[in-house]
Amino acid sequence: MRLEVDITGKSFKSAAGGTQEVLAPVRFALQSGEVGVLIGPSGCGKSTMLRIILGLDRDFEGHVSRPPEARIGMVFQEPRLLPWRSVEQNVRLAAPDVTDAKLAELFRILELDAHRSHFPGELSLGLARRVALARAFAVEPDLLVLDEPLASLDDALAGRLRDEIATLVARRPVMTLLVTHSLDDAIRLGDRLFLLSPRPARIVREVPIAIPRAERSEAELGKIRAELAALQLESK
Amino acid sequence: MLRLLSFALLLAIWWTAALFVGAAKLPSPSAVLDVVIAEASSGALFLHLGATLARVSLAFVLAMSLGSAIGYLMGRVKLADRLGDPWLILLLNLPALVVIVLAYIWAGLTEAAAIAAIAINKLPTAIVTLREGARALDRSLDEMASVFAMPRWRAFRHVVLPQLAPYIAASARSGLSLVWKIVLVAELLGRPNGVGFEIGVAFQLFDTPRLLAYSLTFAAVVLVIETALVQPFEARATRWRPRAA
Repeated sequence: MRLEVDITGKSFKSAAGGTQEVLAPVRFALQSGEVGVLIGPSGCGKSTMLRIILGLDRDFEGHVSRPPEARIGMVFQEPRLLPWRSVEQNVRLAAPDVTDAKLAELFRILELDAHRSHFPGELSLGLARRVALARAFAVEPDLLVLDEPLASLDDALAGRLRDEIATLVARRPVMTLLVTHSLDDAIRLGDRLFLLSPRPARIVREVPIAIPRAERSEAELGKIRAELAALQLESK
Repeated sequence: MLRLLSFALLLAIWWTAALFVGAAKLPSPSAVLDVVIAEASSGALFLHLGATLARVSLAFVLAMSLGSAIGYLMGRVKLADRLGDPWLILLLNLPALVVIVLAYIWAGLTEAAAIAAIAINKLPTAIVTLREGARALDRSLDEMASVFAMPRWRAFRHVVLPQLAPYIAASARSGLSLVWKIVLVAELLGRPNGVGFEIGVAFQLFDTPRLLAYSLTFAAVVLVIETALVQPFEARATRWRPRAA
Protein backbone atom coordinates (compact mmCIF):
# COMPACT_ATOMS: atom_id res chain seq x y z
CA MET A 1 0.00 0.00 0.00
CA ARG A 2 1.10 3.52 -0.68
CA LEU A 3 -0.04 6.93 0.41
CA GLU A 4 0.56 9.73 -2.08
CA VAL A 5 0.05 13.29 -1.03
CA ASP A 6 0.12 16.03 -3.63
CA ILE A 7 -1.46 19.14 -2.22
CA THR A 8 -1.04 22.18 -4.43
CA GLY A 9 -2.56 24.68 -2.05
CA LYS A 10 -5.00 25.30 0.74
CA SER A 11 -6.35 28.59 1.96
CA PHE A 12 -8.90 29.73 4.50
CA LYS A 13 -11.28 32.62 4.18
CA SER A 14 -10.55 34.77 7.20
CA ALA A 15 -13.27 36.60 9.11
CA ALA A 16 -12.07 39.91 7.70
CA GLY A 17 -12.86 38.69 4.20
CA GLY A 18 -9.36 38.07 2.89
CA THR A 19 -7.92 34.67 2.14
CA GLN A 20 -5.10 33.21 4.11
CA GLU A 21 -2.79 30.65 2.66
CA VAL A 22 -2.18 27.74 5.00
CA LEU A 23 -0.39 25.25 2.79
CA ALA A 24 2.01 25.85 -0.06
CA PRO A 25 2.47 22.97 -2.49
CA VAL A 26 3.35 19.85 -0.48
CA ARG A 27 4.22 16.56 -2.08
CA PHE A 28 5.37 13.30 -0.56
CA ALA A 29 4.63 9.61 -0.53
CA LEU A 30 4.77 6.91 2.08
CA GLN A 31 5.16 3.14 1.72
CA SER A 32 3.90 0.37 3.93
CA GLY A 33 6.32 -0.20 6.77
CA GLU A 34 7.64 3.35 6.67
CA VAL A 35 7.39 5.98 9.36
CA GLY A 36 7.25 9.49 7.93
CA VAL A 37 7.68 12.38 10.32
CA LEU A 38 6.39 15.89 9.77
CA ILE A 39 8.39 18.40 11.79
CA GLY A 40 7.59 22.06 11.76
CA PRO A 41 7.00 25.11 13.92
CA SER A 42 3.62 25.29 15.65
CA GLY A 43 0.88 26.83 13.57
CA CYS A 44 2.58 25.98 10.29
CA GLY A 45 -0.39 23.98 9.02
CA LYS A 46 0.50 20.43 10.06
CA SER A 47 -2.90 19.69 11.51
CA THR A 48 -4.60 21.06 8.40
CA MET A 49 -2.44 18.75 6.32
CA LEU A 50 -3.45 15.77 8.45
CA ARG A 51 -7.13 16.65 8.15
CA ILE A 52 -6.77 16.71 4.38
CA ILE A 53 -4.91 13.38 4.33
CA LEU A 54 -7.57 11.79 6.55
CA GLY A 55 -10.37 13.01 4.30
CA LEU A 56 -11.89 15.28 6.95
CA ASP A 57 -11.26 18.38 4.86
CA ARG A 58 -12.06 18.14 1.17
CA ASP A 59 -11.79 21.81 0.41
CA PHE A 60 -8.25 22.00 -0.97
CA GLU A 61 -6.42 22.02 -4.25
CA GLY A 62 -4.48 18.95 -5.26
CA HIS A 63 -4.84 15.27 -4.76
CA VAL A 64 -4.39 12.71 -2.00
CA SER A 65 -4.45 9.08 -2.97
CA ARG A 66 -5.00 6.67 -0.19
CA PRO A 67 -6.09 3.07 -0.91
CA PRO A 68 -9.84 3.11 -0.35
CA GLU A 69 -9.75 -0.08 1.67
CA ALA A 70 -6.99 1.21 3.95
CA ARG A 71 -7.99 1.13 7.59
CA ILE A 72 -7.01 4.23 9.48
CA GLY A 73 -5.84 4.42 13.07
CA MET A 74 -5.53 7.91 14.42
CA VAL A 75 -4.19 9.44 17.60
CA PHE A 76 -5.42 13.01 17.80
CA GLN A 77 -3.63 15.76 19.68
CA GLU A 78 -6.28 15.54 22.36
CA PRO A 79 -7.31 11.96 23.18
CA ARG A 80 -10.88 12.40 21.82
CA LEU A 81 -12.35 9.53 23.79
CA LEU A 82 -16.07 9.12 24.33
CA PRO A 83 -16.52 10.30 27.93
CA TRP A 84 -19.69 8.22 28.34
CA ARG A 85 -18.11 4.92 27.40
CA SER A 86 -15.60 2.90 29.39
CA VAL A 87 -11.99 2.52 28.29
CA GLU A 88 -12.65 -0.92 26.87
CA GLN A 89 -15.82 0.18 25.08
CA ASN A 90 -13.97 3.13 23.59
CA VAL A 91 -11.47 0.77 22.01
CA ARG A 92 -14.04 -1.82 20.95
CA LEU A 93 -16.34 0.74 19.34
CA ALA A 94 -13.54 1.89 17.04
CA ALA A 95 -12.28 -1.65 16.48
CA PRO A 96 -15.25 -4.04 16.60
CA ASP A 97 -13.20 -6.89 15.11
CA VAL A 98 -10.48 -6.87 17.74
CA THR A 99 -10.07 -10.23 19.46
CA ASP A 100 -10.00 -10.58 23.23
CA ALA A 101 -6.43 -11.81 23.08
CA LYS A 102 -5.27 -8.90 20.97
CA LEU A 103 -7.03 -6.43 23.26
CA ALA A 104 -5.53 -8.03 26.34
CA GLU A 105 -2.07 -7.79 24.79
CA LEU A 106 -2.52 -4.12 23.88
CA PHE A 107 -3.77 -3.27 27.35
CA ARG A 108 -0.82 -5.14 28.83
CA ILE A 109 1.75 -3.34 26.67
CA LEU A 110 0.18 0.05 27.39
CA GLU A 111 -0.38 -0.80 31.06
CA LEU A 112 -4.09 -0.16 30.93
CA ASP A 113 -5.24 -3.43 32.48
CA ALA A 114 -6.40 -1.82 35.69
CA HIS A 115 -8.40 0.81 33.81
CA ARG A 116 -10.54 -1.27 31.45
CA SER A 117 -13.82 -0.35 33.06
CA HIS A 118 -12.97 3.23 33.98
CA PHE A 119 -14.54 6.19 32.23
CA PRO A 120 -12.19 8.65 30.47
CA GLY A 121 -13.13 11.39 32.95
CA GLU A 122 -11.44 9.34 35.65
CA LEU A 123 -8.13 9.08 33.79
CA SER A 124 -5.09 11.33 33.80
CA LEU A 125 -4.01 12.83 30.49
CA GLY A 126 -1.17 10.34 30.21
CA LEU A 127 -3.57 7.42 30.64
CA ALA A 128 -6.09 8.90 28.24
CA ARG A 129 -3.36 9.24 25.62
CA ARG A 130 -2.49 5.58 26.09
CA VAL A 131 -6.13 4.64 25.57
CA ALA A 132 -6.09 6.68 22.37
CA LEU A 133 -3.00 4.74 21.29
CA ALA A 134 -4.65 1.45 22.17
CA ARG A 135 -7.67 2.42 20.11
CA ALA A 136 -5.55 3.34 17.09
CA PHE A 137 -3.57 0.10 17.24
CA ALA A 138 -6.61 -2.09 17.92
CA VAL A 139 -8.03 -1.38 14.47
CA GLU A 140 -4.85 -2.92 12.96
CA PRO A 141 -4.47 0.11 10.75
CA ASP A 142 -2.91 0.25 7.32
CA LEU A 143 -2.38 3.94 7.83
CA LEU A 144 -1.48 5.12 11.30
CA VAL A 145 -1.54 8.85 11.95
CA LEU A 146 -0.12 10.22 15.17
CA ASP A 147 -0.65 13.93 15.82
CA GLU A 148 1.78 14.91 18.59
CA PRO A 149 0.85 11.85 20.62
CA LEU A 150 3.47 12.53 23.28
CA ALA A 151 3.00 16.27 23.77
CA SER A 152 2.69 17.50 27.37
CA LEU A 153 3.77 14.22 28.92
CA ASP A 154 6.78 14.05 31.20
CA ASP A 155 10.04 12.82 29.66
CA ALA A 156 10.08 9.41 31.31
CA LEU A 157 6.53 8.56 30.28
CA ALA A 158 7.00 10.02 26.81
CA GLY A 159 10.12 7.89 26.40
CA ARG A 160 8.31 4.72 27.41
CA LEU A 161 5.34 5.42 25.17
CA ARG A 162 7.73 6.14 22.31
CA ASP A 163 9.30 2.73 22.75
CA GLU A 164 5.83 1.21 22.84
CA ILE A 165 4.92 2.93 19.60
CA ALA A 166 8.11 1.59 18.04
CA THR A 167 7.25 -1.93 19.22
CA LEU A 168 3.73 -1.74 17.89
CA VAL A 169 4.77 -0.25 14.54
CA ALA A 170 7.39 -3.00 14.10
CA ARG A 171 4.74 -5.70 14.45
CA ARG A 172 3.01 -5.29 11.13
CA PRO A 173 3.56 -3.36 7.91
CA VAL A 174 1.81 -0.05 8.33
CA MET A 175 2.24 3.40 6.82
CA THR A 176 2.84 5.69 9.75
CA LEU A 177 2.68 9.43 9.72
CA LEU A 178 3.90 11.17 12.84
CA VAL A 179 3.58 14.86 13.54
CA THR A 180 5.83 16.19 16.24
CA HIS A 181 7.77 19.16 17.58
CA SER A 182 10.31 16.93 19.18
CA LEU A 183 13.45 16.23 17.20
CA ASP A 184 14.15 13.41 19.58
CA ASP A 185 10.87 11.60 18.80
CA ALA A 186 11.48 12.21 15.12
CA ILE A 187 14.93 10.65 14.90
CA ARG A 188 14.08 7.74 17.17
CA LEU A 189 10.88 6.76 15.35
CA GLY A 190 11.17 8.11 11.81
CA ASP A 191 12.47 6.57 8.61
CA ARG A 192 12.06 9.76 6.67
CA LEU A 193 11.79 13.23 8.13
CA PHE A 194 10.00 16.04 6.35
CA LEU A 195 11.09 19.43 7.64
CA LEU A 196 8.35 22.00 7.18
CA SER A 197 8.60 25.76 6.79
CA PRO A 198 6.48 28.24 8.76
CA ARG A 199 3.02 28.97 7.35
CA PRO A 200 2.19 28.49 4.50
CA ALA A 201 3.84 25.13 5.03
CA ARG A 202 6.03 23.53 2.42
CA ILE A 203 8.61 20.77 2.73
CA VAL A 204 11.95 22.48 3.14
CA ARG A 205 13.91 19.28 3.18
CA GLU A 206 13.43 15.53 3.24
CA VAL A 207 15.90 13.65 5.42
CA PRO A 208 16.01 9.85 5.16
CA ILE A 209 17.42 7.85 8.06
CA ALA A 210 19.03 4.71 6.66
CA ILE A 211 19.74 2.86 9.91
CA PRO A 212 16.83 0.58 10.96
CA ARG A 213 14.95 1.85 13.99
CA ALA A 214 15.98 -0.92 16.33
CA GLU A 215 19.68 -0.53 15.59
CA ARG A 216 20.08 3.18 16.21
CA SER A 217 22.62 3.61 18.98
CA GLU A 218 22.93 6.75 21.07
CA ALA A 219 26.09 7.69 19.19
CA GLU A 220 24.38 7.44 15.83
CA LEU A 221 21.36 9.33 17.10
CA GLY A 222 23.74 12.07 18.25
CA LYS A 223 25.25 12.22 14.80
CA ILE A 224 21.85 12.51 13.10
CA ARG A 225 20.88 15.20 15.58
CA ALA A 226 23.98 17.22 14.77
CA GLU A 227 23.36 16.88 11.03
CA LEU A 228 19.79 18.07 11.45
CA ALA A 229 20.87 21.02 13.55
CA ALA A 230 23.33 22.02 10.81
CA LEU A 231 20.60 21.68 8.19
CA GLN A 232 18.21 23.83 10.13
CA LEU A 233 20.84 26.54 10.61
CA GLU A 234 21.56 26.44 6.91
CA SER A 235 17.90 26.75 5.94
CA LYS A 236 17.55 29.84 8.08
CA MET B 1 -37.23 13.07 55.76
CA LEU B 2 -37.10 16.78 55.06
CA ARG B 3 -39.46 16.24 52.14
CA LEU B 4 -41.97 14.46 54.37
CA LEU B 5 -41.76 17.29 56.89
CA SER B 6 -42.42 19.88 54.24
CA PHE B 7 -45.35 17.83 52.96
CA ALA B 8 -46.78 17.61 56.48
CA LEU B 9 -46.44 21.38 56.80
CA LEU B 10 -48.44 21.82 53.59
CA LEU B 11 -51.21 19.59 54.96
CA ALA B 12 -51.25 21.52 58.22
CA ILE B 13 -51.59 24.85 56.42
CA TRP B 14 -54.36 23.42 54.26
CA TRP B 15 -56.22 22.11 57.30
CA THR B 16 -56.07 25.41 59.20
CA ALA B 17 -57.00 27.40 56.11
CA ALA B 18 -60.00 25.08 55.60
CA LEU B 19 -61.13 25.83 59.15
CA PHE B 20 -61.07 29.56 58.51
CA VAL B 21 -62.47 29.70 54.98
CA GLY B 22 -65.20 27.12 55.42
CA ALA B 23 -65.84 23.78 53.75
CA ALA B 24 -67.72 25.22 50.74
CA LYS B 25 -64.66 27.00 49.40
CA LEU B 26 -61.87 24.88 50.77
CA PRO B 27 -62.79 21.43 52.07
CA SER B 28 -60.47 19.85 54.62
CA PRO B 29 -57.98 17.16 53.53
CA SER B 30 -60.11 14.45 55.13
CA ALA B 31 -63.21 15.51 53.19
CA VAL B 32 -61.20 15.36 49.96
CA LEU B 33 -59.82 11.97 50.92
CA ASP B 34 -63.38 10.71 51.45
CA VAL B 35 -64.27 11.69 47.90
CA VAL B 36 -61.11 10.05 46.57
CA ILE B 37 -62.00 6.80 48.34
CA ALA B 38 -65.60 6.92 47.13
CA GLU B 39 -64.59 7.57 43.53
CA ALA B 40 -61.92 4.90 43.69
CA SER B 41 -64.25 2.26 45.02
CA SER B 42 -66.83 3.01 42.31
CA GLY B 43 -64.05 2.67 39.73
CA ALA B 44 -64.75 6.09 38.19
CA LEU B 45 -61.46 7.53 39.42
CA PHE B 46 -59.40 4.88 37.63
CA LEU B 47 -61.47 5.15 34.47
CA HIS B 48 -60.89 8.89 34.21
CA LEU B 49 -57.26 8.76 35.30
CA GLY B 50 -56.67 5.96 32.82
CA ALA B 51 -58.25 7.90 29.96
CA THR B 52 -56.15 10.95 30.75
CA LEU B 53 -52.95 8.94 31.13
CA ALA B 54 -53.55 7.22 27.81
CA ARG B 55 -53.97 10.58 26.08
CA VAL B 56 -50.91 11.98 27.81
CA SER B 57 -48.70 9.08 26.86
CA LEU B 58 -49.85 8.98 23.24
CA ALA B 59 -49.50 12.73 22.74
CA PHE B 60 -46.19 12.79 24.61
CA VAL B 61 -44.64 9.95 22.60
CA LEU B 62 -45.88 11.47 19.36
CA ALA B 63 -44.57 14.95 20.14
CA MET B 64 -41.26 13.77 21.57
CA SER B 65 -40.36 11.44 18.72
CA LEU B 66 -41.44 13.83 15.99
CA GLY B 67 -40.00 16.86 17.78
CA SER B 68 -36.67 15.16 18.48
CA ALA B 69 -36.28 14.07 14.88
CA ILE B 70 -37.15 17.50 13.49
CA GLY B 71 -35.03 19.30 16.08
CA TYR B 72 -32.03 17.08 15.37
CA LEU B 73 -32.41 17.67 11.65
CA MET B 74 -32.68 21.44 12.14
CA GLY B 75 -29.62 21.47 14.36
CA ARG B 76 -27.56 19.48 11.87
CA VAL B 77 -28.72 20.77 8.49
CA LYS B 78 -28.63 24.52 7.86
CA LEU B 79 -31.23 24.38 5.10
CA ALA B 80 -33.72 22.55 7.32
CA ASP B 81 -33.16 25.15 10.01
CA ARG B 82 -33.82 28.03 7.62
CA LEU B 83 -36.94 26.39 6.20
CA GLY B 84 -38.31 25.25 9.53
CA ASP B 85 -37.63 28.31 11.62
CA PRO B 86 -40.66 30.46 10.64
CA TRP B 87 -42.99 27.49 11.23
CA LEU B 88 -41.36 26.90 14.54
CA ILE B 89 -41.83 30.49 15.68
CA LEU B 90 -45.46 30.36 14.63
CA LEU B 91 -46.05 27.09 16.52
CA LEU B 92 -44.21 28.32 19.60
CA ASN B 93 -46.42 31.37 19.89
CA LEU B 94 -49.73 29.76 19.04
CA PRO B 95 -51.88 29.67 22.20
CA ALA B 96 -52.79 26.16 23.33
CA LEU B 97 -56.47 27.03 23.41
CA VAL B 98 -56.46 28.09 19.76
CA VAL B 99 -54.87 24.81 18.69
CA ILE B 100 -57.35 22.75 20.68
CA VAL B 101 -60.43 24.63 19.45
CA LEU B 102 -59.28 24.55 15.85
CA ALA B 103 -58.50 20.83 16.09
CA TYR B 104 -62.01 20.13 17.38
CA ILE B 105 -63.58 22.28 14.67
CA TRP B 106 -61.59 20.72 11.88
CA ALA B 107 -61.50 17.11 13.01
CA GLY B 108 -64.63 16.94 15.12
CA LEU B 109 -64.83 16.13 18.82
CA THR B 110 -62.72 13.02 18.36
CA GLU B 111 -59.96 11.28 20.24
CA ALA B 112 -57.56 11.85 17.34
CA ALA B 113 -58.26 15.58 17.38
CA ALA B 114 -57.60 15.80 21.12
CA ILE B 115 -54.32 13.87 20.96
CA ALA B 116 -53.10 15.75 17.89
CA ALA B 117 -53.89 19.09 19.53
CA ILE B 118 -51.96 18.16 22.68
CA ALA B 119 -49.02 16.87 20.64
CA ILE B 120 -48.89 20.01 18.51
CA ASN B 121 -48.64 22.11 21.67
CA LYS B 122 -45.66 20.13 22.90
CA LEU B 123 -43.95 19.73 19.52
CA PRO B 124 -42.22 23.13 19.15
CA THR B 125 -40.54 23.09 22.56
CA ALA B 126 -39.18 19.60 21.87
CA ILE B 127 -37.85 20.87 18.54
CA VAL B 128 -36.18 23.90 20.11
CA THR B 129 -34.48 21.89 22.85
CA LEU B 130 -33.22 19.16 20.55
CA ARG B 131 -32.04 21.71 18.02
CA GLU B 132 -29.87 23.28 20.70
CA GLY B 133 -28.60 19.81 21.58
CA ALA B 134 -27.72 19.04 17.98
CA ARG B 135 -25.97 22.38 17.60
CA ALA B 136 -23.87 21.70 20.67
CA LEU B 137 -22.61 18.34 19.38
CA ASP B 138 -18.86 17.96 19.61
CA ARG B 139 -17.39 18.17 16.11
CA SER B 140 -14.12 16.61 17.19
CA LEU B 141 -15.92 13.41 18.18
CA ASP B 142 -17.72 13.35 14.84
CA GLU B 143 -14.33 13.53 13.18
CA MET B 144 -13.06 10.71 15.35
CA ALA B 145 -16.02 8.54 14.34
CA SER B 146 -15.47 9.36 10.70
CA VAL B 147 -11.71 8.65 10.76
CA PHE B 148 -12.32 5.29 12.42
CA ALA B 149 -15.00 4.60 9.79
CA MET B 150 -17.72 3.89 12.34
CA PRO B 151 -20.94 2.87 10.62
CA ARG B 152 -23.64 5.51 10.78
CA TRP B 153 -25.89 3.77 13.25
CA ARG B 154 -23.04 2.93 15.65
CA ALA B 155 -21.78 6.50 15.55
CA PHE B 156 -25.28 7.82 16.18
CA ARG B 157 -25.86 5.48 19.08
CA HIS B 158 -22.53 5.82 20.83
CA VAL B 159 -21.27 9.25 19.79
CA VAL B 160 -24.32 11.41 19.12
CA LEU B 161 -27.10 10.02 21.30
CA PRO B 162 -25.23 10.25 24.63
CA GLN B 163 -24.56 13.92 23.89
CA LEU B 164 -28.25 14.48 23.21
CA ALA B 165 -29.43 12.55 26.28
CA PRO B 166 -29.43 15.54 28.68
CA TYR B 167 -31.39 17.56 26.13
CA ILE B 168 -33.86 14.72 25.64
CA ALA B 169 -34.28 14.42 29.41
CA ALA B 170 -34.82 18.18 29.78
CA SER B 171 -37.30 18.18 26.93
CA ALA B 172 -39.12 15.17 28.37
CA ARG B 173 -39.41 16.77 31.75
CA SER B 174 -40.65 20.15 30.57
CA GLY B 175 -42.78 18.42 27.96
CA LEU B 176 -44.47 16.18 30.46
CA SER B 177 -45.47 19.12 32.63
CA LEU B 178 -46.77 20.97 29.57
CA VAL B 179 -48.76 17.97 28.35
CA TRP B 180 -50.29 17.43 31.82
CA LYS B 181 -51.62 20.98 31.74
CA ILE B 182 -52.92 20.95 28.22
CA VAL B 183 -54.57 17.54 28.32
CA LEU B 184 -57.03 18.77 30.93
CA VAL B 185 -58.09 21.72 28.76
CA ALA B 186 -58.57 19.44 25.77
CA GLU B 187 -60.70 17.09 27.88
CA LEU B 188 -62.70 19.91 29.39
CA LEU B 189 -63.58 21.25 25.96
CA GLY B 190 -64.37 18.12 24.03
CA ARG B 191 -64.03 14.73 25.66
CA PRO B 192 -66.66 12.71 27.56
CA ASN B 193 -64.17 11.34 30.12
CA GLY B 194 -60.83 11.98 31.74
CA VAL B 195 -59.71 14.13 34.65
CA GLY B 196 -60.33 17.35 32.69
CA PHE B 197 -63.92 16.30 31.99
CA GLU B 198 -64.50 15.53 35.69
CA ILE B 199 -63.06 18.90 36.67
CA GLY B 200 -65.46 20.54 34.23
CA VAL B 201 -68.35 18.74 35.88
CA ALA B 202 -67.14 19.70 39.35
CA PHE B 203 -66.85 23.32 38.22
CA GLN B 204 -70.44 23.40 36.96
CA LEU B 205 -71.66 22.01 40.28
CA PHE B 206 -69.21 24.08 42.35
CA ASP B 207 -68.18 20.75 43.86
CA THR B 208 -64.81 21.72 45.37
CA PRO B 209 -64.06 18.40 47.14
CA ARG B 210 -64.52 16.55 43.86
CA LEU B 211 -62.38 19.07 42.01
CA LEU B 212 -59.58 18.72 44.53
CA ALA B 213 -59.95 14.95 44.72
CA TYR B 214 -59.37 14.59 40.98
CA SER B 215 -56.66 17.20 40.61
CA LEU B 216 -54.66 15.95 43.60
CA THR B 217 -54.74 12.30 42.59
CA PHE B 218 -53.70 13.46 39.16
CA ALA B 219 -50.81 15.45 40.67
CA ALA B 220 -49.78 12.38 42.67
CA VAL B 221 -49.65 10.29 39.51
CA VAL B 222 -47.50 12.94 37.84
CA LEU B 223 -45.14 12.92 40.79
CA VAL B 224 -44.80 9.14 40.70
CA ILE B 225 -44.04 9.14 36.99
CA GLU B 226 -41.48 11.89 37.43
CA THR B 227 -39.60 10.06 40.19
CA ALA B 228 -40.01 6.55 38.82
CA LEU B 229 -39.32 7.22 35.15
CA VAL B 230 -37.83 10.60 34.32
CA GLN B 231 -35.30 10.89 37.13
CA PRO B 232 -33.82 7.37 36.76
CA PHE B 233 -33.43 7.97 33.03
CA GLU B 234 -31.55 11.20 33.73
CA ALA B 235 -29.34 9.50 36.30
CA ARG B 236 -28.49 6.74 33.85
CA ALA B 237 -27.77 9.14 31.03
CA THR B 238 -25.30 11.12 33.14
CA ARG B 239 -23.73 8.18 34.99
CA TRP B 240 -20.38 8.66 33.24
CA ARG B 241 -19.89 12.16 34.61
CA PRO B 242 -17.37 12.14 37.46
CA ARG B 243 -19.33 12.88 40.59
CA ALA B 244 -18.16 15.35 43.17
CA ALA B 245 -16.83 13.41 46.12
